[in-house]
Amino acid sequence: MCLAIPGRVVETFLQNGMRMARVQFGGVTRDACLDYVPETTVGEYVLVHVGFAISRVDEKEAHRTYQALAELDQLTELEAPIVDEPSGGAA
Amino acid sequence: MSTKVDESEQQELAQPFGSCPLPIFDHPQIVLGHGSGGKLSAELIEKVFVSRFRNPTLEKMDDQAVLDVGGVRLAFTTDSFVVTPIFFPGGDIGALAVNGTVNDLAVGGAKPLYLAAAFILEEGLPAADLARVVDSMAIAAQNAGVQLVTGDTKVVNRGKGDKVFITTTGIGHMNRATELSADRARPGDKILLSGFIGDHGITILSQREGLEFEGAPESDCAALHGLVAAILDEAEAAGDLRSVRVMRDPTRGGVATVLNEIAQRSRAGMILRESEIPVRETVRGACELLGLDPLYVANEGKLVAVVAPQIADRVLSAMQQHTLGTDGRIIGEVVEQPSGMVLMRTFVGGTRVVDVLFGEQLPRIC
Amino acid sequence: MKYLDEYRDGDIAAKLVERIRRVQTKPWVIMEVCGGQTHSIVKNGIDHLLPKGVELVHGPGCPVCVTPLEMIDKAHAIARRPDVVFCSFGDMLRVPGSNGDLFSIKSQGGDVRVVYSPIDCLKIAKANPDRQIVFFAIGFETTAPANAMLAWQARATGMTNVSLLVSHVLVPPAIEAILSSPQNRVQGFLGPGHVCAVVGYREYEPLAGRFHVPIVVTGFEPLDILEGVLMVIEQLEQGRAEVENQYSRVLDRGGNRPAQDLIGKVFEVSDRKWRGVGNIPGSGFQLRDEFREFDAEHRFSVETIDTMEPPVCIAGQILQGIKKPHDCPAFGTECTPQHPLGATMVSAEGACAAYYAYGRHLTDADLVTIGANGK
Repeated sequence: MCLAIPGRVVETFLQNGMRMARVQFGGVTRDACLDYVPETTVGEYVLVHVGFAISRVDEKEAHRTYQALAELDQLTELEAPIVDEPSGGAA
Repeated sequence: MSTKVDESEQQELAQPFGSCPLPIFDHPQIVLGHGSGGKLSAELIEKVFVSRFRNPTLEKMDDQAVLDVGGVRLAFTTDSFVVTPIFFPGGDIGALAVNGTVNDLAVGGAKPLYLAAAFILEEGLPAADLARVVDSMAIAAQNAGVQLVTGDTKVVNRGKGDKVFITTTGIGHMNRATELSADRARPGDKILLSGFIGDHGITILSQREGLEFEGAPESDCAALHGLVAAILDEAEAAGDLRSVRVMRDPTRGGVATVLNEIAQRSRAGMILRESEIPVRETVRGACELLGLDPLYVANEGKLVAVVAPQIADRVLSAMQQHTLGTDGRIIGEVVEQPSGMVLMRTFVGGTRVVDVLFGEQLPRIC
Repeated sequence: MKYLDEYRDGDIAAKLVERIRRVQTKPWVIMEVCGGQTHSIVKNGIDHLLPKGVELVHGPGCPVCVTPLEMIDKAHAIARRPDVVFCSFGDMLRVPGSNGDLFSIKSQGGDVRVVYSPIDCLKIAKANPDRQIVFFAIGFETTAPANAMLAWQARATGMTNVSLLVSHVLVPPAIEAILSSPQNRVQGFLGPGHVCAVVGYREYEPLAGRFHVPIVVTGFEPLDILEGVLMVIEQLEQGRAEVENQYSRVLDRGGNRPAQDLIGKVFEVSDRKWRGVGNIPGSGFQLRDEFREFDAEHRFSVETIDTMEPPVCIAGQILQGIKKPHDCPAFGTECTPQHPLGATMVSAEGACAAYYAYGRHLTDADLVTIGANGK
């Protein structure tokens, strides 16, 4: 469940008393409500689910964790060679 | 993956499944899904129409009927256009009506020649809008080299139509020794796609109430006869027209629907490569947002061709040299197994099945 | 697309799989809770990438397919009313009730509209002052902030022609029910990333402790899923049972406070029946008294329809991860998306439907062979 995708805030504005943003998703733009992440500024990325930003993307954390993923094989090379797969599935 | 079935489970499994109150296939009324090009549509066509008009030509179920009239091979096709809104970025219902029928003729190997057009107009439609639609048809017809030679107009009460519905019927001349049919794909054949998918469907969707978004691409509405000619010319130059097995324009239901039809009719399998399938960033963004799969989104100016492996690269080049095929790719190949199914190698190296749509593809939250 | 594309990198995926292979020494059964995670796994073919000893089972994280039949029937009864504009997420349109689905109601003249966001209903309500706009408010905790805002705004702007039909479900009680079952096979969980973005993951800590299961809050892209699996296996191999956060770029332990505040003002916890599973206490949301006038169940006296529950298929066991779609003799034969017999085939997000769409009516062995030959 919970289809939510990250998009970039290109503009913020008020509408009917709600804080809104124009959010860009790979070239298409749609409005989303920013009331749940009110401190978001233009240029930041938010996670949008059914027209609401439910959290902000922590870009530093994203970068840090992605680096760790990308560097995975460097650690692997230091470890012992592969052993045979365990036989027999769980079912 | 076997677990011992205990007594209570055995009781459950023994329940008669037939007493289920849930079937939704047998609708007493027509529902929107019947028009979406997927399984519901196919069922409707088979059960209601084909069953009543049995003849060998109809049962081939290609996009056009090939008829022999006094020794001349003619292609004959018809299509209805009911799109809303009637004007959209990149085209309008008129251009669709002309190009759609031209394309059905062209991908079957015919030179499109003549069109008939029947209009159902809703009372209250602004005359200026109608003029605009028909102007567009005239331009499209001229570009495609076809003449509109007969037509009809009806007007229905306000509320009983949707501005304008257009039905076009086309006749073409089978002037080449092609053998194009959905049952001709063979293991080893390559699958070619002429360019970016999903443009038209996403453009239309972006105009729909409740789903509006900005930045949608334009519809790719276009006549494909020139691109088809370029492909056939190349095959002819290479020595064998029949090495082009089948061509289709993936309209409603998208590339996935067309490829599944070919796989089933040819009793072959297909393996696609996700990384080779061109999708514009804007279409991707819209699809991610709404939870749609571009493979099932309609196109109006693209074609899919299954060709013999020995000429695939040449045909691809010819395609890419044509304005409508510059982004063409080889997206996969035909295999023996699994028969009738289309698989895809995903970005991360896994494999998934590209199944046939059931009804309309709907935006989802899950 | 930033923060999406890079999480589909095939090379990194291969490295993660390799790492999992090195770390794993015993077979393990892991459940991903979220329907969206199931979708991602099956759509990307991730379960075939994993080593044989890692078994992924699919949990009940599909609010669509666990919506009880009574609620579907109520929705349909309301949608049939000529004074109603019935608004829903696309997912619900094909879910069959005792008598047809929203599509068939539309074909019979019902005003049924797909909306992308609950607040779109406010626009529709404003444009149709003499109609009743009813929104089918389903979902897990992820969707609660959006649904809450609709109720909040409707009340704040005095939009009295709006009401919500609420069928919210909560994840932790479902996990508890699964873990409490004597037939439970699940040893570790991929926690629901977007649910936790809203409510945080504090609630999962007592579960991890009490049942001694690792729970790794995980995202939805292929690399997220693979990293989540790796983290669960590392814990299992080390005998740990903690809650960890794989999806840290998007959430922290506390979740989204403003969202939780508004949810708390609009909704309260209630018991809920889950289709295919039964009643789970404290597993849903209902509107608070202050918002009762916006509750469609109150506004429309929808008589209790005698819903005929379908004969028990094994959806309940699939939702709990005890069985797989393949284990059901009806899977792919009598039970298909066209003729769904149970909850998990009804919705496109259910495990059986996801399996069917992405081709599990082939055996796993077939697909692996074909995949290998497909370069």
